Amino acid sequence: MKLMWFHLMPYTELPEDFRDANPSVWVDIHSSLFDPKRAHLMYNDFMDELEYAAEVGFDAVCVNEHHSNGYGLMPSPNLIASSLARRTTDTAICVMGNSLALYNPPTRVAEEFAMIDCISGGRLIAGFPVGTPMDTCYAYGTNPSQLRERYHEAHDLIVRAWTATEIFAFNGRFNQQRYVNIWPRPVQHPHPPIWVPGGGSVETWRWCAEMNYVYCYLSYYGYKAGRATMDGFWAEMDRLGKDKNPYQAGFLQFVGVGESRQHAYDLYAEAAEYFYGRCLHVDPKWATPPGYTSEGSQRAGIESQIKQAADAAVRGKSTGERFASVARDMQSIVEKGYVIIGSPDEVAEQLREVATQLNVGHLMLLLQYGNMSKDLTRYNTKLFAEQVMPKLKDVHASWTDHWWPQPMEASQRADIPAFTPRLAAE
Amino acid sequence: MSEPETLTIEVNGFPTRIWRKGDGPKIGFLAGFGGLPRWIPFLDELAKSRTVIVPSLPGFPGGDRGHTALDSHLDWLLAIRDILDQAGLVGADLVGSSVGASLAAEVAALWPATVGKLALIAPFGLFDEKNPPTDPWAQRADAVPGLMCADPEIWKALKAPPEGVNSVEWPIEQVRANEAAARIFWPLGNTRIEKRLRLIKAPTLLLWGEQDKIMPRAYAEAFATGIAGPTTIRIIAGAGHLAELDKPAEVAQEVLKFVA
Repeated sequence: MKLMWFHLMPYTELPEDFRDANPSVWVDIHSSLFDPKRAHLMYNDFMDELEYAAEVGFDAVCVNEHHSNGYGLMPSPNLIASSLARRTTDTAICVMGNSLALYNPPTRVAEEFAMIDCISGGRLIAGFPVGTPMDTCYAYGTNPSQLRERYHEAHDLIVRAWTATEIFAFNGRFNQQRYVNIWPRPVQHPHPPIWVPGGGSVETWRWCAEMNYVYCYLSYYGYKAGRATMDGFWAEMDRLGKDKNPYQAGFLQFVGVGESRQHAYDLYAEAAEYFYGRCLHVDPKWATPPGYTSEGSQRAGIESQIKQAADAAVRGKSTGERFASVARDMQSIVEKGYVIIGSPDEVAEQLREVATQLNVGHLMLLLQYGNMSKDLTRYNTKLFAEQVMPKLKDVHASWTDHWWPQPMEASQRADIPAFTPRLAAE
Repeated sequence: MSEPETLTIEVNGFPTRIWRKGDGPKIGFLAGFGGLPRWIPFLDELAKSRTVIVPSLPGFPGGDRGHTALDSHLDWLLAIRDILDQAGLVGADLVGSSVGASLAAEVAALWPATVGKLALIAPFGLFDEKNPPTDPWAQRADAVPGLMCADPEIWKALKAPPEGVNSVEWPIEQVRANEAAARIFWPLGNTRIEKRLRLIKAPTLLLWGEQDKIMPRAYAEAFATGIAGPTTIRIIAGAGHLAELDKPAEVAQEVLKFVA
């Protein structure tokens, strides 16, 4: 299986009373809480951490897009990805991803992803999220009633821009371009693998199945809550007569590795409580722009609540309802499975269980979260790479990953000079 | 309160409900934010002396998923014009509330012969940075009733599912109404209607709930200044944004007096 190292890039210095003194970490978080000089250090720490993860052998490094968000400092993940393309050599670069409807014209995504694919020699995974309500409808002002239609049209335009060999005119419902002709073009043929992070909607499962894309469930609530969603995806795949290749799925999981369970508990409690307490403090008023949730998903949600189905805890609940019911103390965080902790053996055993039970070939691991320091992040990452990773390599070994980047031969790739910074005093 | 007669027309392929009740000269009503999931007392008041015709707007209750076919403001205006034609409202007096008032004003601007006298209850369409409307789409669910009506219970009663109704489809229909409003007015409520107000020649009554928490009262003056025809402003005591829900008799009386 593939073990991927994911960074959200949270602002690590939100005040202790953040929850009580502020309405929300997202959309209307106040500018006075942001210190650019501190952020300079944070960004550089975070990029060091991503580079370190690549160095110790993770299969991929992952970045994502958020706007006006105190726990996600990457309005443009592509900027970070292009830097990573220069500072890593063989690691896949997973941009998870660009919210397609926010780019005008959407060929911007085709261009920037093609640039990253060229710079990295074909190591890009192209994530195509719809984007959260907070990012898309409120921070960026996109009409929630058109968001999904715009997303699908942008998808069609981008894929066509990557694959068409002749200039074409795009006569879309929302986008009209007389001369579509992107330069550069992606290294990977016909284009970088497309992965789709989504909630638990049947429409998204069906679309991923039909398009042969990877479906990713990026929940902050761990494998216990994620089970119903992944089961739903595989049930739909089954219904459509598709293979249950675990590599057609991705799943996000927070992890903390220590010498023992108690050691890990003590090490990671502060960072986890910072994340679930401060970072997930989102005003529910930002969670349900009308039209964002498809009527099919609303119907499924209401029906599952009526039936008191086991998965009603997550599926069919609005983002706001989910945020409101989040556990914030370490004991509940661990009990509910948001964060998997333990000794390397214990973590490996739990992740094996997650990968098997959820039938997921791509585990995206959050080993930095909340205000976790660079030292602790490095410790977590190193211990995971050295002592957990080897124990998981055999999982799903009988399957082929058809959705992994196909880079250029190493011998054909550019020789990147080692980075030798001059000291400021010189 | 007796039931109205219900007709169904087709708008861009979507079945669209038209209510009709009463006798006398026709008067049309285009509903406000949230639409009309059920008949309301205000319409009975109008029906005492007029033939009240109430077409649903695309995506609002009774308007199916008609909003999904409308991408531009011109699409919306053509749909509304089509609806008024099919409802037999061309040339009649027209009342609109909130989002519906904005569309009524647009029709009066673009096709002056379509509208007799015009009554607008706190219309959407303007945006003043120094005095912005409240964002109706960024609210916790429990805050909405008190923003729409001075008496939140009136909004709750309007939106409560009736006995025996489909308990899954009813709430979806109410969300759809908010989506349809968003489709026209997201994110600021600003359709730049101020450019078209000078084309409105119809005598126009502007009604505002004294306690409107969505549309600032100053917008009444802005509409009155922009509209070319003669205008009258009336403030409805004890009413919120959807004044016709809070004070049906008072609003109806003002309207009937104006169009008489």
